[in-house]
Amino acid sequence: MQRRVRALETVLAEKGYIVSEALDRIVEAYESRVGPHIGAKVVARAWTDPAFKKELLADASKAVRALGIERQIGDHLIAVENTANTHNMIVCTLCSCYPWDLLGLPPTWYKSTAYRSRAVKEPRAVLADFNVTLPDDRRIRVWDSTAETRFMVIPLRPDGTAGWSEEQLTKLVTRDSMVGTGLPRQPGEIV
Amino acid sequence: MDGVHDLGGMDGFGKVKPEPEDKPPFSESWEGRVLAMTRALGKAGAWNIDVGRHGIERLPPHVYLAATYYQKWFLRNEKLCLEAGLVTAEELAAGHANTPAKPLPGNVVTPSDIAGTLVRGSFGRPALGPAKFDVGDRVLAKNIHPKSHTRLPRFVRGHVGTIERIQGCHVYPDATVATGEEDPQWLYTVVFDGRDLWGPESDPTLEVSIEAFEPYLEAA
Repeated sequence: MQRRVRALETVLAEKGYIVSEALDRIVEAYESRVGPHIGAKVVARAWTDPAFKKELLADASKAVRALGIERQIGDHLIAVENTANTHNMIVCTLCSCYPWDLLGLPPTWYKSTAYRSRAVKEPRAVLADFNVTLPDDRRIRVWDSTAETRFMVIPLRPDGTAGWSEEQLTKLVTRDSMVGTGLPRQPGEIV
Repeated sequence: MDGVHDLGGMDGFGKVKPEPEDKPPFSESWEGRVLAMTRALGKAGAWNIDVGRHGIERLPPHVYLAATYYQKWFLRNEKLCLEAGLVTAEELAAGHANTPAKPLPGNVVTPSDIAGTLVRGSFGRPALGPAKFDVGDRVLAKNIHPKSHTRLPRFVRGHVGTIERIQGCHVYPDATVATGEEDPQWLYTVVFDGRDLWGPESDPTLEVSIEAFEPYLEAA
């Protein structure tokens, strides 16, 4: 595969369609700058600032842009909130649509046939694969990303975090909790 | 198309394998090249996102299922570059160009200007007419089986759901692939009860939504 990739890249570059050094920069950006730390900031702010949370739920692209995060945020971002009644999960059954702007590139499991096939039919069994068990009466809402709208989950703020700063709270927010396959870390799990 | 990519509700793919949150995004260096090449070709105007998705859907089913994620991306890139005449099979075999380049409508991404490759495109468009449905309306996902690209997954076809959100007018993927036109359409979040989709044995707490373009729906 490596040889074929190199051949295609070389031919495309020789013909002027792409510039290899630009590809280096793009790879570097996705390896180092874009990742779930951006989404974690957004969640921690939503946990501490009710006005921001309201704006986030109304228009997430606009609210996140207003936070002044160094990265450009695309249109049609939608934040959905977990509550005591409802747990949200995000999937793309048709391909691998994922909120790159906030979470970086998706993990392999998100793109797997197992996740894409099962999330819309047996989400509790999928959650069990992540060692997550929800109360039997918790409503489960699965969002299939079949268009250019992109979804992120605002998980429930863990108990025992009253008075925590936004920065402390970001440490509790995991990538999986923002996709809905995980729950945030508990206060005792971080130093 | 009723392809193997349309996975929602299929059985037999086994358990989901969680992975550490800090796992690097690329397992091998060529994967990063494929991702970056794809972004740069998109900016150059080689093909749009829907044609790109359809390129992966058109891979033979056994290839689709056996290939890793970035292998699929690479096979798609190679196929679409050949189909568009951007490269020739001889050039790929030789690993060097020997025919002139074709003009592309977009911009070549340079090392000093990669910002555009890191941000998503914008797909909202001005409305050409009023939305046909309102929040709360019951709608039937049509039982249609287009041979070309569509974003209406099989698992909802023929089922009735409820309009929950109106997302504005968006580029219509079915049209951009079939005709090259954007043909903007109203987009809705439509939510279905799990038992309507999967039968009486389904998890009674489950609701599933899709993002549905207006032509996929009719009043129920």
